[in-house]
Amino acid sequence: MNAEPTVQHALLLSVGLFALGALGVFLRRNIITILMCIELMLNAANLAFVAFSNHLGTREGQILVFFVMTVAAAEAAVGLAIVIALHRGKDTLDVDAFSVLKW
Amino acid sequence: MSETTIQTVIAAVKILVIFNVLLGLFSLMTWVERRVLAFMQFRLGPNRTGPFGILQPVADGIKLFFKEEFIPPGADKWLFIAAPAVSVITAFLAIAVVPYGGSVTLPQASWLGPFAGREVSLQIVDLEVGVLYIFAITALGVYGIVMAGWASNNKYTLIGGLRSSAQMFSYELSLGLSWVGIIMLAGSFRIQDIVAAQDGGFWRWNAFIQFPAFLIYVVASTAEVNRTPFDLAEAETELVAGFHTEYASMKFALLQMAEYVNMITVSALGTNLFLGGWNAPFPGVPDTGLAGVAWFGVKVLSVLFFFIWLRGTLPRFRYDQLMHFGWKVLVPAAAVWILITAGALAFQGPRPAAAAVGAL
Amino acid sequence: MDFAALLFYAFGALALGSAIVVISQRNPIYSAFALIVTLCSLSAIYGLLGSPFIAVLQIVVYAGAIMVLFLFVLMLLNVKREGRDPGDGRTLKGVALALAVLLALQIGTVLMRARLGPARPLDASTEKMARDLFSLPYLYVFEATSVLILAALVGAVALARKDS
Repeated sequence: MNAEPTVQHALLLSVGLFALGALGVFLRRNIITILMCIELMLNAANLAFVAFSNHLGTREGQILVFFVMTVAAAEAAVGLAIVIALHRGKDTLDVDAFSVLKW
Repeated sequence: MSETTIQTVIAAVKILVIFNVLLGLFSLMTWVERRVLAFMQFRLGPNRTGPFGILQPVADGIKLFFKEEFIPPGADKWLFIAAPAVSVITAFLAIAVVPYGGSVTLPQASWLGPFAGREVSLQIVDLEVGVLYIFAITALGVYGIVMAGWASNNKYTLIGGLRSSAQMFSYELSLGLSWVGIIMLAGSFRIQDIVAAQDGGFWRWNAFIQFPAFLIYVVASTAEVNRTPFDLAEAETELVAGFHTEYASMKFALLQMAEYVNMITVSALGTNLFLGGWNAPFPGVPDTGLAGVAWFGVKVLSVLFFFIWLRGTLPRFRYDQLMHFGWKVLVPAAAVWILITAGALAFQGPRPAAAAVGAL
Repeated sequence: MDFAALLFYAFGALALGSAIVVISQRNPIYSAFALIVTLCSLSAIYGLLGSPFIAVLQIVVYAGAIMVLFLFVLMLLNVKREGRDPGDGRTLKGVALALAVLLALQIGTVLMRARLGPARPLDASTEKMARDLFSLPYLYVFEATSVLILAALVGAVALARKDS
């Protein structure tokens, strides 16, 4: 194995994290944990951006990461507000409990 | 010895010195605080152990060492143990980028070997994003408190933990905003550059040029380190002792240590950002090398005294007042001040702008 | 192996390990704390990849703001441990694992086949980043995100407040 961390190793790490995030979305049934797994996947994508940016010597990747982070912050705020509203209605956070569009 | 080894040794020595100075200052502060508070309240304070009671911190330490380690039933064991560790680690991490002087040149003595005549900067790491790094680490400090509050499995600790995290969350915003004007004037996130921009007399210090930002910083940093009048997280009258109610023995000591180290960090940072760092108050007074460290020490100790003085003077805020003040007064004020500074910079360029903003 | 490489692999392993804890815990509070560890080690990796600004931003935004929000909601709602799966959990878990591995293989193949060419030096100092962000192609996007954040703020308050 190559001793120097190359862009490939960072990308492999990113793939691993992304797959773990996806697996978490499949496995877990608590809405908040699922949201956290989505954050994990976003971070995996960010890592890929930073790795490419580092290899290609351009800052575009990092600027994209900057925007991903702001959008993730907005997403988390709205997502958690929805979770609170859901919890108020059903008193549970199990995704299986929210199987109807209206109640 | 290779260059890398020499650099590593220098860094290790700096880390050791800073770590021990912080520990010493922490234990001294617990004693000074009690004595000064007692003096302000016409009491005596601890005066039995050693001359003037100065050995009181040692006695306290020994007492805490021999107390029973207790984990409340129903508590989350791992998080309960991790919480003080997280608090202390984040508290010590923040000080790493705070400079405490310019640089010293080691003497050309033979016993120093390869270190003789080397210039050593008085800062552990000089980060390009120094101010932002401190901002990030302070943000992490919230977790120790949240963990402690939640893991104790106690209503008072939970409420205390949630309160203080909400408070740190809210005031961190105005804390960060109060730095923006300074960063714009210095044109850099590096603390060394910010200090260098304040060289040449006390009228060049940001405390005067950026007076409104300085006021905001004082208020927000007091809230950030949970000191009176913002110590709602541990309001004895309402919450027993807040998030550390269930902690005893060394874990309690660690939480206390984190609190005091945070206070020292905030004072050191405020000195660097607003009070000119290690610059002497008048031009011509020596402030390079160790003289600079002395100036820095004097300033930090005065700020620490100011914190104790505040505690002896002001009553505690009410929780809703605290939130309203943070969000509806401090944040808008800081934003308006940033606009004024930015406007002055845009119209006049960096140097005259400083004068213009100062004249306001 | 030099020190930076050692740090890179250590933090990479830490990120992967804590990510596994995130998805395998039934207690969401543990998941949240494990995710904080992942985010911090990713920040260290960003620093090692020569992007100090993004590294600090990662901690300020993700660990300092988003995760505090998550923890706050978890404690506010007093979320309990997830219950056992009602149905045939084992088969479904196997299917999920297979799907995730398939996904990893797909993305991995695409990324590994990318023709990257030789590495070029990167200058991502904070000043350069700021000049990029506040100059033309990105200036409008930057302003648009501020509107987005404002919209999210108002939306979150509207969604979470009690019906009046």
